[in-house]
Amino acid sequence: MIEMKHISKTYTRKGVETEALHQVNLKVNEGDIYGVIGYSGAGKSTLIRMINFLEKPTSGQVFINGIDLGSYSTSQLRDARKNIGMIFQHFNLLNSKTIFQNVAIPLVLSKVNKTQIKDRVLELLDFVGLADKAESYPNELSGGQKQRIGIARALASNPSVLLCDEATSALDPQTTDSILNLLKKINEEYNITILIITHEMSIIQKVCNRVAVMENGEIIEEGNVLDVFGSPQQTSTKKFVQTVIHDEIPASVKNKIKDVPNSRLFKVPFDQNDTNPIVNDLIRTFNITVNIVFASINEIKDDTIGYLVLQLIGEKDLLEKAAGYLSHPEIGAKELAK
Amino acid sequence: MFETTVTMDQFIQSMIDTFYMVGFSLVIGSIIGIPLGILLVVTRPGGIIESKLFYKIMNPIVNIFRSLPFIILLVAIIPFTRLIVHTSIGTPAAIVPLIIYIAPFIARVVENSILEVDDGIIEAAESMGATPFQTIWYFLIPEALGSLILSLTTATIGLLGATAMAGAVGGGGIGDLAISYGYQRFDSFIMLVTVVVLIVFVQVMQSFGNWLAAKVRRE
Ligand SMILES: Nc1ncnc2c1ncn2[C@@H]1O[C@H](COP(=O)(O)OP(=O)(O)OP(=O)(O)O)[C@@H](O)[C@H]1O
Ligand SMILES: [Mg+2]
Repeated sequence: MIEMKHISKTYTRKGVETEALHQVNLKVNEGDIYGVIGYSGAGKSTLIRMINFLEKPTSGQVFINGIDLGSYSTSQLRDARKNIGMIFQHFNLLNSKTIFQNVAIPLVLSKVNKTQIKDRVLELLDFVGLADKAESYPNELSGGQKQRIGIARALASNPSVLLCDEATSALDPQTTDSILNLLKKINEEYNITILIITHEMSIIQKVCNRVAVMENGEIIEEGNVLDVFGSPQQTSTKKFVQTVIHDEIPASVKNKIKDVPNSRLFKVPFDQNDTNPIVNDLIRTFNITVNIVFASINEIKDDTIGYLVLQLIGEKDLLEKAAGYLSHPEIGAKELAK
Repeated sequence: MFETTVTMDQFIQSMIDTFYMVGFSLVIGSIIGIPLGILLVVTRPGGIIESKLFYKIMNPIVNIFRSLPFIILLVAIIPFTRLIVHTSIGTPAAIVPLIIYIAPFIARVVENSILEVDDGIIEAAESMGATPFQTIWYFLIPEALGSLILSLTTATIGLLGATAMAGAVGGGGIGDLAISYGYQRFDSFIMLVTVVVLIVFVQVMQSFGNWLAAKVRRE
């Protein structure tokens, strides 16, 4: 478990102070795939580097499995870092060494014997699907392959946490997906807690179970991914969510329906577990016309979030009753302006 | 045209002297200069074992020695040379200033080579819990190796140039031969031979350095 308490970090460069983090509290549970999203300069990299103390907080504490990293001596800290793997946007592989040697490095540093190193490295290369590249050099690999090697290297010392700072930002969408699937597999098979830093909401959507949104060095919103995607609170969060979830009626559709008389628009959320026969009820009980003008379904990790936009047409008082029915908490519809 | 007062023995002796001076001062200069160059990288502000004291003292010292032309250094440190090798003339007397000349030079070029290594590599090393020594040994040196080889090639060629001036203290060597026979006794044949030998030597050194660097960089 990772816990940050009241973390602040101020950089001073040439007498100019920048507060990169301000009073950040964060809790990542064992087994989480935790996403941190924010725009450039929000403080994401600073935050992730606090977790292995590559950067020390100006104030506040970081706990890993209940132990305060600040209480460690330099050599204890080095040992603690062996329990925290890290992968990078630009992979940071050694170009002068073979893939085998790259993956072996953490084990060489820990003075593991040669036969054990060999077994472990081959096992890891197999796990990331690059067993045939052992004797290649990094510059003979594609970006996606390099990141797989970065992952294999990070896993070599059997960490319980994996930190990923923009690990897929240099990759194309398809390669990104394959790396994300690999991260999921690591999380499931090795039960490694993963922390992902990104500026792309689609990455959070695909693999994370929890998310924190950062802005100006602060966490402005945090929670279960389904909840945050379902009802984002802050403006920035809404913007991020809108990059992957289309819950706005397209302008072309809006134009066509705006002049229909005696009509009102409602946005109705739905999910697989929904058993309310809403459309049926509206038509039968309220005797009005129901027109589905827009719908969207989005996969969020292993769940879905969907919206239906209904145009109700009918007499004023009937529409009013229907509106009352739709606003019932169990349905949770919201009226939209035309 | 092909007449000369220099005997074959003299010529061979001067070649040996040159190789001896270059080789000896390169080895000792590297033993001092390479660690010093690495220390200049790791102790600088923001380095992995930041040490203001060491950096603030060593950096100007290296600069001071780097700013003296060899011929001046050679004569300026004669008392020191005498202290070390108990003589101020001959090949051994030339080696002391050659080392003092080349070690700071090597330190500087090594420093530059190591600084070229991407910060990401150091970050990766730190994230793996590498000690400063491990970071240097397993990350910085292998990644900078190609560049280090080219730096040392440059240092070797610089040394060769400096040995030519060693004649000023009777250091011998091929440069001395060119000046005392070729120039002062108008022996144009030996002058020509010396020039050719120097050119060939530099070419061979540089090509070897380039080849070796390319090999470790797998180009
Ligand atoms: N070593 C440093 N020295 C001085 N200022 C720094 C340093 N590292 C980061 N900062 C500053 O701290 C702030 C947060 O930087 P950080 O790298 O954490 O942002 P980020 O969210 O990771 O951005 P990006 O998406 O561009 O990587 C920025 O204003 C940055 O300029
Ligand atoms: Mg960053």
